[in-house]
Amino acid sequence: MSRQVTVAVNGKSVSVPAGSTAAVAVAAVGLSQFRTSVDGEPRGPLCGMGICFECRVTINGRAHRRSCQTVCTAGMEICTDGP
Amino acid sequence: MARNEHYDVLIVGGGPAGIAAACCAARAGRRVAIVDDNPAQGGQIWRGMTEEWTAATQSPLAASWLRRLREAKVEVLAGTQIVARPRDGVLLAETDADACLLAYDKLILAAGARERFLPFPGWTLPGVTGAGGLQSLVKSGLPIAGRRVAVAGSGPVLLAVADCLRDHGAEICLIAEQAPWPRLVRFGCGLIGSPGKLLQGAGYKWRLKTVRYRTGCWPVAAEGDGKLSSVTFHAGSKTRTVACDYLACGFGFVPSLELPTLLDCRLDGGAVWIDDWQETSVQGIYAAGETTGVGGVDLALIEGQIAGYAAIDCQDHAARLFRARERGRRFVGALDRAFALREELKSLATAETPVCRCEDVSRQQLEAYGSWREAKLQTRCGMGPCQGRVCGTAAEFLFDWQRESIRPPIFPADVGTLAEIRPLGKQPGK
Amino acid sequence: MSTKAADVVVIGAGIVGAACAWEFAREGMSVTLIDSGAPGGGATAAGMGHVAVMDDSEPQFALTRYSQQLWREIVDELPDDCEYETCGTLWIAADDEELAEVRRKQQAYTRRGIDAEVLDAAALARAEPNLRSGLAGALRVPGDLVVFPPCVARWLIAGATECGAQVRLGTAAVEISDRGVRLADDSLLPAGAIINATGHGAERLTPGLSLQPRKGHLAITDRYPGFIHHELIELGYLKSAAAVGTDSAAMNVQPRITGQMLIGSSRQTGQESTDVDMAILGRMLRRAMEYLPALARVSTIRTWTGFRAATADKLPLIGRCSSGQRSSQGRLYLATGHEGLGITMAPGTARLLVDAVMGRESAIPPEPYLPARLEKGDSA
Repeated sequence: MSRQVTVAVNGKSVSVPAGSTAAVAVAAVGLSQFRTSVDGEPRGPLCGMGICFECRVTINGRAHRRSCQTVCTAGMEICTDGP
Repeated sequence: MARNEHYDVLIVGGGPAGIAAACCAARAGRRVAIVDDNPAQGGQIWRGMTEEWTAATQSPLAASWLRRLREAKVEVLAGTQIVARPRDGVLLAETDADACLLAYDKLILAAGARERFLPFPGWTLPGVTGAGGLQSLVKSGLPIAGRRVAVAGSGPVLLAVADCLRDHGAEICLIAEQAPWPRLVRFGCGLIGSPGKLLQGAGYKWRLKTVRYRTGCWPVAAEGDGKLSSVTFHAGSKTRTVACDYLACGFGFVPSLELPTLLDCRLDGGAVWIDDWQETSVQGIYAAGETTGVGGVDLALIEGQIAGYAAIDCQDHAARLFRARERGRRFVGALDRAFALREELKSLATAETPVCRCEDVSRQQLEAYGSWREAKLQTRCGMGPCQGRVCGTAAEFLFDWQRESIRPPIFPADVGTLAEIRPLGKQPGK
Repeated sequence: MSTKAADVVVIGAGIVGAACAWEFAREGMSVTLIDSGAPGGGATAAGMGHVAVMDDSEPQFALTRYSQQLWREIVDELPDDCEYETCGTLWIAADDEELAEVRRKQQAYTRRGIDAEVLDAAALARAEPNLRSGLAGALRVPGDLVVFPPCVARWLIAGATECGAQVRLGTAAVEISDRGVRLADDSLLPAGAIINATGHGAERLTPGLSLQPRKGHLAITDRYPGFIHHELIELGYLKSAAAVGTDSAAMNVQPRITGQMLIGSSRQTGQESTDVDMAILGRMLRRAMEYLPALARVSTIRTWTGFRAATADKLPLIGRCSSGQRSSQGRLYLATGHEGLGITMAPGTARLLVDAVMGRESAIPPEPYLPARLEKGDSA
């Protein structure tokens, strides 16, 4: 059993395996919409390697962070931009 | 304040090419570092692989290189993004926490490639990802067990992705390859001289033997309410709709050329030009792997080694690898021909389909203009944080538009990071 | 192929040339607009799009105020992509000395009928919480506005076209002669009047103007709605803009309707390269961070450069050009030399030229902008 890390996604606590990215935590709470596009459309991860910026979320109060490139740390607060 | 570091050899990119280059350059007490924007070394292909894990599973190749890397005492600066060149011989990078100025005597560019994404109706729905993209997400922990995945696009990567996802418990409903069957047969026959490749391909096919693999087949629309629920494919003369949770879709790879372009390295045919020693047109800057043309892991490892040796003036070691590189390149040429993208893919996007996902600019809006620059100025296309990496690559394929020259930052960077650039002699620290 | 003479040939499809084409076409004159590149692709695309009343001198005030009034007449018709917003300007005073200057400016503005109020330190902090503490105050000019200039240029050109103007893009003008404007493809456009509106490059077609290109840098951030609410400019900007011959950087940060921020500004002379100069960019961003410390962790998406066309007396060149008289028989007019105020002054510039060509009286005295003032006696 791998070590778990607990983070909060939109205020909801979730545990993911250590080394998981924030994108994994967002998916783990059942969300597919990571951000809302400028025209109001739902968006989620595309490239998985940090170049498309579709998986942007707010992490510990900082906007526009790429969830696919950010490794979860204990207590991390992740907020998606969408319903 | 920015950290200042100096390396004898600095390598940008921690995939196979970068790792091989680092292992070869890290000799005789040289200070060598790999800098990579991903949270861990390995690049996309070896993403999430630890030495123990790879040794225990099917990637002894990755395991042996990762072991060599550890033993070579190479510094790995993960989660570190190169954003600008303050002056010759120095790169500015940023991490989540701070900025750093990385000076080097020799530089090896091994920043790899990225997937080409092409717009079609519904391609912006959550659940539609890159092919390599979904693989990367799964390797970094995305749970995929029991999810239905259609894999589409082009290239041998589709098989590798499907194999990996199935390993992680995904149900692969379809693999849709846009290239026509006869071309693939010719390609397969050409592999007789490369038994390794043939066996690798055969291995994938064997493990995926229960999965439907269709050639001449590509997605024409993704459907769903707020997220993906089904994909309609063009297959032969018919269309066919497949229910799925993910569409993993990528139309080949394009080299990442932002940094080499910023460093004034000459390009040739959409890749970095290099000489026999993997040296670019700029003295002291080498390039290896996909950045010199998309060629896969084996070629990347060979090029990386040559670059690593050449950078520390071990030309004799480097020269011994020339023949292997030659073989690898022949394979690449065959690959390009077999998986060339068909014209029909240019008309998948309808007038309303967004091409620029950052700024939501539709095909119709772009078509009113005659060039990338004009379209960019008038529609904001390419002005978002991806800096045109997605839409610019698509527009190049759709409209034959050439993108304009590159300007710093080559990746979005904090104001505070760029503010660390000071005139020579006024850098704080040492 | 013989071409019928246009009443007016406008060279340069930047914001100034586009405004000229639109105004002449609206007057019922036949207009041909030419440019070697895309509309609004030069300094127009590089600028911030700030439409501000400025009071460095009486003529500068007159033309910026007149132009801003003209902008107000069109802003409601602008399409959304022109990103029009009246955000107002805050001229920031760092200390008491600058605050005294703010008070003087406030009186100068209100005396001439421009709304302006002095904010003390507390009011400034309330208006812009992201500014650092310890600032003395600011002058708030609520009527200043911002636009996205390349799209405005396109809209003006479309308007001109609707009134019958011809637009020829992609072909450079190579010579202005007594017969008209000769293009790179060797065709000749005969013209009643010729407007050289080619910004800092105007001397290529009209030598002897003594224009000085002043390079500027800008950065744009990702979207942070509400980070700032006004265009913020340090009062020292005026010194920076006025300084000649030295490199300077001043804090000038503008909120866009998208939630993005434009960060400026720098001025450099003697530069030819369009490349981003990392050292001056760093200096400019550090200056912005001195005022807005939280910018440090705001993401920059792009940076770029552009060239302003500066004149010796900091006023534009608008009107008949006498130095080119012999070859163009008095038909050549200039519309350049706006330095950093090309967007602001474009509508007023166009009106002054229409009046000059048609022999009408202008709404403001045109003399301070006439090119003749800077021409050397021996070239006339």
